[in-house]
Amino acid sequence: MMTLSELFSSAFMINLVIRALIVGLLVTLCSSLLGVSLVLKRFSMIGDGLSHVGFGAVAVAAALNMSNMKLIISIPVVVLTAFLLLRLGNHGKVKGDASLALVSTGAVAVGSLLYNFSGQRSTDICNSLFGSASLFTIGDIDLILSAVLSIAIIILFVFFYTKIFAVTFDESFSRATGIKTNVYNMLLAVLTAVTIVLGMNMMGSLMISALIVFPAMTAMRVCTTFKGVLICSVSVSLICFVIGFFTACLFGWQTGATVVSANIIAFIFMSIAGKIKNKKYCN
Amino acid sequence: MSLINCKNLELAYDNKTVLSDLSFQVNRGDYLCVLGENGSGKTTLMKALLGLIKPVSGEIRFCCAKHSEIGYLPQQTDIQKDFPASVSEVVLSGTLGKRGLKPFYSKKEKELAKKNMEILGIYHLAKQSYQNLSGGQQQRVLLARALCATTSMLLLDEPVAGLDPVVTAEMYRIIKELNEKGITIIMISHDISAATQYASHILHIHHKPLFFGTTQEYLSSNIATKFLGGDQK
Repeated sequence: MMTLSELFSSAFMINLVIRALIVGLLVTLCSSLLGVSLVLKRFSMIGDGLSHVGFGAVAVAAALNMSNMKLIISIPVVVLTAFLLLRLGNHGKVKGDASLALVSTGAVAVGSLLYNFSGQRSTDICNSLFGSASLFTIGDIDLILSAVLSIAIIILFVFFYTKIFAVTFDESFSRATGIKTNVYNMLLAVLTAVTIVLGMNMMGSLMISALIVFPAMTAMRVCTTFKGVLICSVSVSLICFVIGFFTACLFGWQTGATVVSANIIAFIFMSIAGKIKNKKYCN
Repeated sequence: MSLINCKNLELAYDNKTVLSDLSFQVNRGDYLCVLGENGSGKTTLMKALLGLIKPVSGEIRFCCAKHSEIGYLPQQTDIQKDFPASVSEVVLSGTLGKRGLKPFYSKKEKELAKKNMEILGIYHLAKQSYQNLSGGQQQRVLLARALCATTSMLLLDEPVAGLDPVVTAEMYRIIKELNEKGITIIMISHDISAATQYASHILHIHHKPLFFGTTQEYLSSNIATKFLGGDQK
């Protein structure tokens, strides 16, 4: 366990903290943007399901002794799952939430079995569940990949913002006016999948979907326009991340759990604020 | 001049034929009401008109307009009732169909949204949140959005579902006014008395067309007397 002063005593450590901070902030930004749409479309559990699949992929990567390649392995797997889930949800006999539960628990089971069989003990697989105890395992590839993908997500989101709003608000109207709603649903699923994999290492696959659901829900306590909710969601999420991140550094807590706790506090605070605001509104 | 021409249409849902032998046309300025019980094929017909499903056989021919130029008023979903969006955000989204890939709304589109909000008397609510509006106001917002998507034709799916009698009458009045301004209306409904009161043409279906013609003709036909008599709900 390190104190902050010890931590900052070496330039090397500062470099690592900055890396973790950059990746964390980018992932937080992406997930809080995507979360608004996902929560409103009643897709909150997709994040959770995909993160379990991500865990499965990481476990398989560890089993193959390729832990350093885990992003490169798990991104395609999770993106593919997102595709399949939406396809199944739309057409198949297995309906939305059930297929999600099947896929997510199945992936965890297969992943951990393979990991056990392989006899590899190189990475602590618990890290993938609860997030790394020490943050500072972000390699060059991870950093670059995270930065590039997060920025791509943000650009895509801004570029398609009006369409994403329309598809979220009213899918049948959007389809009738000629918007290819399936394309935007897929886009949303793919972006979510990528975001989840990027954030999983730091937050842990059990908690990464909190970054998607909490900020959106928190913002909806007080904001009543789509743009307002987006802006509020992003700011709350970034603030919670920064607070959680440095608290975790300072006291040597787990980053994921601390950041989620900060989000819980924000949610409670905003719920109360929302209640007060509504009372005023009614009077 | 006919805007929509349907010939020998056969429509299926999940590979089951739900509507067959349907021929009708809609002329500019018409107010057509599509009547039928639940499960009679109304929704399927509507989807076909919007181009969301392909007919099994027969054809739907559009003159001067494409599928995507129909202004559509769908039934409200659960998601929308507590959706955080301002009225102007919702109305503006009606202009999206024509814009291709442009990321932001242009001035022209904002003007159009403003004009349509004014027509429906909701411009003063533009900054309000959609979720705080009454059912009737929400329906006007959705109607304004539909107007942003069209200049010629509105397709309304049970536009008064869930509204109280006063608001229902108000809604029918608004629709009639839009029709008098030259907008062609196709309304899906099972409210026969309102249909015969407001519409100029009636299409009554039950897996097959039972009647197509003007409202006057309909009122003197057997089907109407049967429906307005015993069977009416």
